[in-house]
Amino acid sequence: MAPKPPRKQSVGMGRGARKRDEDSGTEVGEGADEWTVSKAAVRPPDQLDLTDAELKEEFTRILTANNPHAPQNIVRYSFKEGTYKPIGFVNQLAVHFSQVGNLVPKDSDEGRRQHYRDELAAGSQESAKVVLSDAEIIEEDEEPKEAEVEAGSQSEIPVAEVAEKVTEEELVTPKQPKERKLTNQFNFSDRASQTLNHPLRGRECQMEPPPRTNFSATANQWEIYDAYVEELKKQEKTKEKEKTKTPVAKKTGKMALRKLTSMESQSDDITKVSQAAKIVERMVNQNTYDDVAQDFKYYEDAADEYRDQEGTLLPLWKFQNDKAKRLAVTALCDFMKQSRGMLLLYSLKNPSFPEYIFSSESGIMCLDIHVDHPYLVVVGHYDGNVAIYNLKKPQSQPSFRSSAKSGKHTDPVWQVKWQKDDMDHNLNFFSVSSDGRIVSWTLVKSELVHTDVIKLKVEGSTTEAPEGLQLHTVGCGTAFDFHKEIDYMFLVGTEEGKIYKCSKSYSSQFLDTYDAHNMAVDAVTWNRYHTKVFMSCSSDWTVKIWDHTIKTPMFIYDLNSAVGDVAWAPYSSTVFAAVTTDGKAHVFDLAINKYEAICNQPVVAKKKTKITHVEFNPIYPIIIVGDDRGHITCLKLSPNLRKMPKEKKGQEVQKGPAVEIAKLDKLLNLVREVKTKP
Amino acid sequence: MGETEGKKDEADYKRLQTFPLVRHSDMPEEMRVETMELCVTACEKFSNNNESAAKMIKETMDKKFGSSWHVVIGEGFGFEITHEVKNLLYLYFGGTLAVCVWKCS
Repeated sequence: MAPKPPRKQSVGMGRGARKRDEDSGTEVGEGADEWTVSKAAVRPPDQLDLTDAELKEEFTRILTANNPHAPQNIVRYSFKEGTYKPIGFVNQLAVHFSQVGNLVPKDSDEGRRQHYRDELAAGSQESAKVVLSDAEIIEEDEEPKEAEVEAGSQSEIPVAEVAEKVTEEELVTPKQPKERKLTNQFNFSDRASQTLNHPLRGRECQMEPPPRTNFSATANQWEIYDAYVEELKKQEKTKEKEKTKTPVAKKTGKMALRKLTSMESQSDDITKVSQAAKIVERMVNQNTYDDVAQDFKYYEDAADEYRDQEGTLLPLWKFQNDKAKRLAVTALCDFMKQSRGMLLLYSLKNPSFPEYIFSSESGIMCLDIHVDHPYLVVVGHYDGNVAIYNLKKPQSQPSFRSSAKSGKHTDPVWQVKWQKDDMDHNLNFFSVSSDGRIVSWTLVKSELVHTDVIKLKVEGSTTEAPEGLQLHTVGCGTAFDFHKEIDYMFLVGTEEGKIYKCSKSYSSQFLDTYDAHNMAVDAVTWNRYHTKVFMSCSSDWTVKIWDHTIKTPMFIYDLNSAVGDVAWAPYSSTVFAAVTTDGKAHVFDLAINKYEAICNQPVVAKKKTKITHVEFNPIYPIIIVGDDRGHITCLKLSPNLRKMPKEKKGQEVQKGPAVEIAKLDKLLNLVREVKTKP
Repeated sequence: MGETEGKKDEADYKRLQTFPLVRHSDMPEEMRVETMELCVTACEKFSNNNESAAKMIKETMDKKFGSSWHVVIGEGFGFEITHEVKNLLYLYFGGTLAVCVWKCS
């Protein structure tokens, strides 16, 4: 029997191989056929031949989920009710085809056996062919075997055969311990790859822990009791306080207020320092200008004793401000000077820097300080406005200011003068401008109210008609001065050289007209003592002294240059100073010399500088002169210039206004006599 | 006289007992008021069980202001604690109780 099994095997093998070939062949053939056949329809032999009409006929058939073979009316006997009952729900399921799969559970008996066989097939590598064929046989046998098993058939022979073979092979080949992986029936291929994993990195931070503190205490009954008792007492006290609460509250309120204000003042450090700084500045200046100050107080020109009548002027301080350089001084009043858009207030104690500085857009032409309220300064602007500055207020803007609406002048304001308060105690002042108007301004409730006092224009034409010389139609006021005693009377100097004596009460008419000068009147001023006498100066080089009752001048002085300003001395009725545009200051004392100046001295450094204004200090024997370069010079009068006459006679020296009036009267009488004689 | 005064004091004291007396607190005003109210409620609710009161306070505080709160209630005790700033309340209540509530996580 030895050769038999190999043959059988070879046959088996051949059969298996052939079968495989067939399989593959058919597969390939089928695959190729599909491609070719799809175009030419393959007809089954028993296909009906139909006509076109039959082919085109449409059969509508609806597919439903209902089973057409399912019974429609099933009834069952209900024992509970004792009757037959129809059953509504009928199973519609119809099975047309079913097939049992060939998968075997791995754990089942069959599966284990198969697995065992596979192991054997894989294990016998050396007799690969045999095993392979064997495996094939087994594989082929599988299905029928299964069927046999399922059917529970009696054909045990092949099984026994297989078992025999298995045992045989078991003997031939040693058992392989290695478990082989089950082959994949569907021939999948697994391929795994792993992308690069980003390296992990640790990073940590720590929060600052919330702040902690320690607290310790002890609690026991007596401490608790004490605490409550204390609280009780406290409450009683507050109750007592509540009774007297109202006034207390007020007080605390006040206290708080006071504190607030003190806090405010504290915060304003600069203001505190400024006061001290001012004092220090003055001290420094006092040291710097010590000699000047000494001169101011004590120096008397010894040379005067040897001069007969003449005197000298000693320059003291000079005031100037870098910002105000090249700005002409247009007005002086005690210690002030003005310039284009700048109002500077100086103190003798500090000649290096002005005490107050106010700047404005338009040039300031004139100013006046109120007698009773020295902090109020009224100024007239080049643009015709008038404004009041309050020195107490720190801001550089004027406190009050006229406007086009409130009747400002249309031409430069040449002079302003404070007046006595009116009947309602309102502050008021007058202004004169070259537009020919003289306006009275009244400060009513922080508002400037204007009243035209006189219009020179109209009056000029009427009153001058008799003169026959009048060519102008507009009277341009340039200067005015109020009578020292007669409130309503005042003088107006004009650009045409006329001086009008006017009254506040008569706006239509002049009281008098003096044909005083040939050129513009620069200044008119009443004598400080003699009520009848006034003085005028003009650009026609002359200074004239008048008695207002007489239309012709009492004295005429020709100073050989346009006279910028004249001022009466406050201490004597006969002394006055005049400044000319050639830079000279002239001081006259009529009691000593009624024909010539007793002092005639250039007081400016540069020749071209024109002196525009002069003013006496009301107390000290000094004068200040201002020039068109913005400098102000302070000059001390030498003893001769302020010498009181008739001292030498040994009589009791008489003083007072009466004496001064008499003195001037005496002089005037001389002139009057001369005049009346011819 | 003295006795009557004493009695009066006693009455006042009794009256006073009913409200809490803050001994020490660094909590913000709002938080303090809330915590005080909570302490009063808890102590009145569990007037004979301090442990329950403390538990109630602790749990409520944990819910309201985040963990971890600690509460000590007793008639006599001494303590030294570390607490988070602005999270401490130490008060007397009812004349006999001391309550210390603090946070330390």
